[in-house]
Amino acid sequence: MKKTILSGNEAIARGAYEAGVLVASAYPGTPSTEILENIVQYSEVDASWATNEKVALEVAIGASFGGGRALCTMKHVGVNVAADPLFTLSYTGVRGGLLLVVADDPELHSSQNEQDSRNYAKFAKVPMFEPSDSQEALDFTRLAYEVSEQFDTPVMLRTTTRISHSKSVVTTGDRVKNLPAPALERNPAKLVMLPGNARKRHPIVEQRTLDLEEWSATQSFHRVEEGTSDVGIITAGVAYQYAREALPDASVLKLGMVNPLPKKLIRDFAARYKTLYVVEELDPFIEDQIKAMGIEIIGKDILPICGELSTGIVRQALTGKKAATGVKGALQTLPSRPPNMCPGCPHRGVFLALNKLKAYVTGDIGCYTLGFMPPLSAMDTCICMGASIGNAVGMTKVLPVEQKQNVVAVIGDSTFLHNGINGLLDMVYNKSSTTLIILDNRITAMTGRQDNPASGYTLMNEESYEVDLAEICRAVGVKHVTVIDPYELDNTRELIRTEMARTEPSVIITRRPCMLMKRDVVEKKPPLFVESGKCTGCKVCLQIGCPAIEWDAAAGKRGEAKVNRHLCVGCSQCRQVCKFDAFGVCND
Amino acid sequence: MTDIKNVLLAGVGGQGILLASEILSEVLMLAGFDVKKAEVHGMAQRGGSVVSHVRYGKKVLSPTISDGTADVLFGFELLETCRYLSLLKKGGQVIVNNVRISPPSVALGQQDYPENIPGYLRAAVDDTHIVNGMELAEQAGDIRTVNVVLIGALSLYLDIEKALWIQAIKAMVPERFLDINIRAFELGRESGITD
Repeated sequence: MKKTILSGNEAIARGAYEAGVLVASAYPGTPSTEILENIVQYSEVDASWATNEKVALEVAIGASFGGGRALCTMKHVGVNVAADPLFTLSYTGVRGGLLLVVADDPELHSSQNEQDSRNYAKFAKVPMFEPSDSQEALDFTRLAYEVSEQFDTPVMLRTTTRISHSKSVVTTGDRVKNLPAPALERNPAKLVMLPGNARKRHPIVEQRTLDLEEWSATQSFHRVEEGTSDVGIITAGVAYQYAREALPDASVLKLGMVNPLPKKLIRDFAARYKTLYVVEELDPFIEDQIKAMGIEIIGKDILPICGELSTGIVRQALTGKKAATGVKGALQTLPSRPPNMCPGCPHRGVFLALNKLKAYVTGDIGCYTLGFMPPLSAMDTCICMGASIGNAVGMTKVLPVEQKQNVVAVIGDSTFLHNGINGLLDMVYNKSSTTLIILDNRITAMTGRQDNPASGYTLMNEESYEVDLAEICRAVGVKHVTVIDPYELDNTRELIRTEMARTEPSVIITRRPCMLMKRDVVEKKPPLFVESGKCTGCKVCLQIGCPAIEWDAAAGKRGEAKVNRHLCVGCSQCRQVCKFDAFGVCND
Repeated sequence: MTDIKNVLLAGVGGQGILLASEILSEVLMLAGFDVKKAEVHGMAQRGGSVVSHVRYGKKVLSPTISDGTADVLFGFELLETCRYLSLLKKGGQVIVNNVRISPPSVALGQQDYPENIPGYLRAAVDDTHIVNGMELAEQAGDIRTVNVVLIGALSLYLDIEKALWIQAIKAMVPERFLDINIRAFELGRESGITD
């Protein structure tokens, strides 16, 4: 028993360790990534980055069927990828306990949509816990393994960004001992989901949900906090914290498990209060089910479906009391500060070229999605992991001949391996003439530089086979595969121009490590500076969108560019675009 | 909930705000408070606007600070401090690093960086303290210690003994960077005393 301060993600990693988990598999995705990064510290757990979320869940299922406790984690959109095994896993049940953690991202801090994963638990008929702080994240994770094995079911645990990335004080425990040792055990009637077997499993799943509902009603993870007013609130997850703080006098039914809902408990609680509210983020998931029970309750009539809640939002909605107003700013419109590609980012020159060539760019998920931002402004679509290639293939099918060659797909190394390969197979098989650029920065950068099959290392920092992206492209039938250094701007632009014009499929791999690489640290070169007097104020260097270059309107005759030496890493991309040789290198 | 204190850290990705809020929550826990801190990882880190919410007291519920309820707005950059003023309660306190980092539209020459933010902040909030964090960090020996310089300045305004701050820094900073960070903390703290 030790008191410490942990994020929700750290607490889940700790909880899984304490629960005796043997295998943990995941694909990185904000806000879930740190769970696996933290579980690595426990040598008893085999932790790995899978190539995608579907494979991650399949690895966890295998470990469970072998008799070990298994953990699988992903962000909300990852469940879309893993949905296939999830729905049938619900039928087979488990051997060793299996927990799927899914981290939702209300407010879309770092996501392409705001989907509510609780719907997946109901859809797949799987129990789901929802913690309200780090202590519950740890406790519910431990408990999930007991529930999984007791009810022969996978269990889900849903967090949101404010649970995963908030820290609070936690008391930790010890790892459980004396779990059954894994060993092969055949049970095809339960694990081979042919129609004849699966048909028999379905009623078992339906009964399991009823059993879980009855059992959970008496468990301490649901609790009633008696208040002094005639207002009752039903809530779960981080929304509980906002509701509790906004209405300290109300009575609260705090749900720890949100699927299946404890209907009897809800009915008993509802009968005691004149006014009933349900406070939940995103969809009216609890609300719709309570209304279907014939209970009058107020929820999304007054609370937003979109975005995060806060104490202020809940207080204003439920009490009509205006939220506190803070200090008023007399400064009206402040310049916004969106994220940007880092100084020295190897993607910069590629997007500069795509902009200049007026390419129509089907994009993908990664740091390079920031190629959308001005001044590079060279991304036209972004749907989901791996979508860039299929999108480009489909688009060229409908476009007139003269526009087909404008279409270029861009994808990162990790996203390509995640499931971009499938798109490339389709591109070749169905005779598309699209150009694909694989932005190979040697790491899964956006989520915080995780290893992947092309980086040559595993999550546990062991050397592994380093997959050759060019060979993969050739193996699926691409005849024109070129690997280049994207720091060579002229060469990059000319090659993209050539490949866009080609009437056969082609792949350009732009290879240079991410500037923030943790292993094999990229050495910074001496910073550059602008030689005063040489700069003509043409602003061409500003078009590369480097955070280290700034316009100084007061300098020179018509303004000059300036380099921030604290930010500059000496990549020299600005020097290459300057026609007046105004950039020098600091040698002090 | 009046016993709950709220500190909002605001600045630019890359300034070390997350480490500063780690140190702050650690020291608050060492001082016996319940603590919660909330922030966002991912997109925000790449030179974007970054905030970290730190709340402490007897029992903290929400991990985030609502509008108009922050006791301290702890700014690492001038423009970002202005951006989050609406979270500061009336009568609250501003501790701000006197540095401007241009956002993309300013760097591109499309918008101007607002002039005289220190003067504006002093006019809007009586209890405003301006710290020349970059100079002090250079004095400490590495500009990257600016986050710990600022923690030093903040430390004067929270009622927690100095030894606990040092203990928290020791717990959060790798051994080889410890001396320089302790020096940064001391410089920040002294700057507040002479403010």
